[in-house]
Amino acid sequence: MAKLPLTGLRVLEITVVWAGPYCGSFLADLGAEVIRVESTNAFVPLTRGAAPHPTQAVIDNLPLYSGGTPGRVPGARPFNRSPMFNSHARNKRSMTVNLLEPGGRDIFDRLVAISDVLIENNPTETMEKLGISYESLKAVKDDFIMLRMPAYGNTGPYRDYRAHGVHIEGVVGHTQLRGYPDTDPSYNTTVLMSDAAAGAQGAFAVLAALRHRKRTGQGQLVELGQAENVFPYLGEYYLDYAMNGRTHETLGNKHPTALQNCYPCAGDDRWVTITIYDNQQWQSLCQIINAPQLAANPELTNPAARRQHQDAIDPIIAAWTSAQSPTDAMNTLQQAGIPAGAVMHQADAFADPHIASRQFFRQAHQPDCGTHLYPGPLYKMSATPLDIHRGPVMLGQDNEYVYRQLLNYTPAEYAALEAAGHIGTDYAPGV
Amino acid sequence: MPDGALAGLNVLDFTHYVAGPYCTKLLADYGADVIKVEPPAGDGARRTGPFPDDIPHPEQSGLFLHLNTNKQSIAIDLRSDSAAAIIERLARWADVVVESFRPGVADRLGIGYATLSLLNPALIYTSISNFGQTGPYRDYRASEIILYGIGGEMHSTGLADREPLKLGGNVGLYQAGAVAAVATIGASLAGSFTDDDADTPPGQHIDVSILETQLGSVDRRQSALLAHQYTGELSHRPPSGGSGGYPNAVYPCADGYFQINGSRMYFPRAVAMLGSPDALTEPRWQDPSSQGSPEMQDEFESQHFLPWILERSRADAWQSAQSHRVLSGPINTMADLDVDPSFNLRGVFAESDHPAAGPLRYPGRPFTMPLSPWQLRHPAPLLGQHTEPILTLLGFDQASIDRLAQQGVIIRPAPPER
Repeated sequence: MAKLPLTGLRVLEITVVWAGPYCGSFLADLGAEVIRVESTNAFVPLTRGAAPHPTQAVIDNLPLYSGGTPGRVPGARPFNRSPMFNSHARNKRSMTVNLLEPGGRDIFDRLVAISDVLIENNPTETMEKLGISYESLKAVKDDFIMLRMPAYGNTGPYRDYRAHGVHIEGVVGHTQLRGYPDTDPSYNTTVLMSDAAAGAQGAFAVLAALRHRKRTGQGQLVELGQAENVFPYLGEYYLDYAMNGRTHETLGNKHPTALQNCYPCAGDDRWVTITIYDNQQWQSLCQIINAPQLAANPELTNPAARRQHQDAIDPIIAAWTSAQSPTDAMNTLQQAGIPAGAVMHQADAFADPHIASRQFFRQAHQPDCGTHLYPGPLYKMSATPLDIHRGPVMLGQDNEYVYRQLLNYTPAEYAALEAAGHIGTDYAPGV
Repeated sequence: MPDGALAGLNVLDFTHYVAGPYCTKLLADYGADVIKVEPPAGDGARRTGPFPDDIPHPEQSGLFLHLNTNKQSIAIDLRSDSAAAIIERLARWADVVVESFRPGVADRLGIGYATLSLLNPALIYTSISNFGQTGPYRDYRASEIILYGIGGEMHSTGLADREPLKLGGNVGLYQAGAVAAVATIGASLAGSFTDDDADTPPGQHIDVSILETQLGSVDRRQSALLAHQYTGELSHRPPSGGSGGYPNAVYPCADGYFQINGSRMYFPRAVAMLGSPDALTEPRWQDPSSQGSPEMQDEFESQHFLPWILERSRADAWQSAQSHRVLSGPINTMADLDVDPSFNLRGVFAESDHPAAGPLRYPGRPFTMPLSPWQLRHPAPLLGQHTEPILTLLGFDQASIDRLAQQGVIIRPAPPER
């Protein structure tokens, strides 16, 4: 079988939480050797879980996506068991080095010398404290590529501002555009799409820089401010402001022009989404939900009128959906050419025949977690099929490979670095 | 200006609406030569707002103008027999094809992977569709909310006693476009990092399903799916805004709304921000279970936090919070962003004068790469603006071009009216 496209590329990651690690996962899926450079004496919350050794009480109080370790217990090494880390940590390697301890920088520089790219998404001042800059990397390897992903930029008035994705989205204007139309933004729950955007466009940025390096031999510093990075995703809203001076409130689940909403289904907390763009779909819907009075209303053949009278139409649609399961509603409507979709919780997604036929979930093993199905690569490639080749990487799992094979440290040197705390598979006491 | 990072990459673009055009916008904005093939009626985005003064005009759609910067437009009726000769030459010119038709349509139009890869075996051919090229839902219809509802973490977005909520605007479609750009440029680099050329794949077909870009989204979905595997539990919508703990939500402030997370392990920073009042240094606030207590949340918010935030503007609250390293930010509108000091200082906006829409300010670069930068070389094309020069470049003589225009196979633009 053909080698994966990025085979032979080596990428280092000093990444935290979601945006940076997600960026690395795209490159790892495509075949790059992505090495997480981690530390046994520093723990950034929400990267490998909430804390190095959280108590059961802490685990119990976390949302499922961060606290849902196997069996919902911490285990001996909880930092190898967090779903918010393990879900993106496939196909990667992990080494440990304490950059601010004696000898740490030399180890790191030796690794830089045999690598192509460094990805980081730390606050600007963190990298300054570590003494890692594009200039310092370029001094070790002239054509090196560095991707930095601060929240707002490594320059400017917000340079050192701290944020998670949900704060970044407020700043760039996404928060204002979501939520229920009849409540103010304080009712908004947390979403983190800016992490997804930074991960994908950060990976694109690295690949673009690699094409430039291939053509010119030059490496460079790529800087992706995460708020700036989301801005194009909201382009039509900015253009409306630029053209008409208009700002938007949230439409909730409604569509600017089509008839669209999320409707209740039979059962507890079950839902289906429906979008009616055109008259054919409208007539088919009226027939299925047995609403001849709507079908016969000439005014409602106009999409704008349907949208205008949506609050009167919605209860009639909901009366029909309320007697259906979400998948029955979806399949019945789709077979009549009507856009509709079940709102799927996790168990629905794992049971769905379409998702199964696409083999989206892949089985993977990791010693501290066992064997499970994992969300897999995000697309299919015909000549170089992507897969999960390595389970979610454990802290320091590849120390031997990196120190002994890649960097040619002797067994005696390796033992000394282990004794000095650089090499390890657990966090130092008190971290 | 130096060349963009993707200079020299030839992209043949058969996409429309949002996800596909955003993929090829990223390629074009970073230097690729993108030829967008439009049907005679144009990309449907041309008929989608916003429009100046809300008056529809195919050359003045804000959505289209935003998504098609730096592209050239050739307008061809792909259903006509004479289109094949044009497509054949375009396929040989291209390194990359991106299409976003419903599965099966590209094959019927004679531009499918099977056809074009025969003409050019090295082609990287990316198909972007709602549900993918295979599977029982292949031909299902979709919209952004439908794909987010099935694929994304919609079921746990919103409040427990209300319906699940979608995200804002079309962000899920944009995300799919960005992922497709990763796949496309990743594939184009095959063989670049090994010495052994024999392993270089000849070109390939990439199948991007918007649904799967949501199932694999780091925005809670990947983690929630895996957490379900690990525990058997399901995610639920929370009873109130934010994501649990306190302060960890959007709160009203003196001039709008402000989002802040000083909860759980960040709680000591929030206490410091509030001036470390004696009441908050009591040991009960250090107990991890205190962050799950509604009574203590109420006490914290009503007695300590709300009085603090309600007398501060977004700007003042942001500065105070950040000086104590508290994760936070204002809730902005596009009007706020337009005058944002950081966005303006750092050059996030771009200006361009479009022949039909006039001078406008646009969202500019998502990221900087100084040696091969994002550039707004030219605004979005008029429908068929480049039909004639492209056909000339492909070797068609003037008589053939005139004949194709007479037969209605190609469209040449009327002079723009402003």
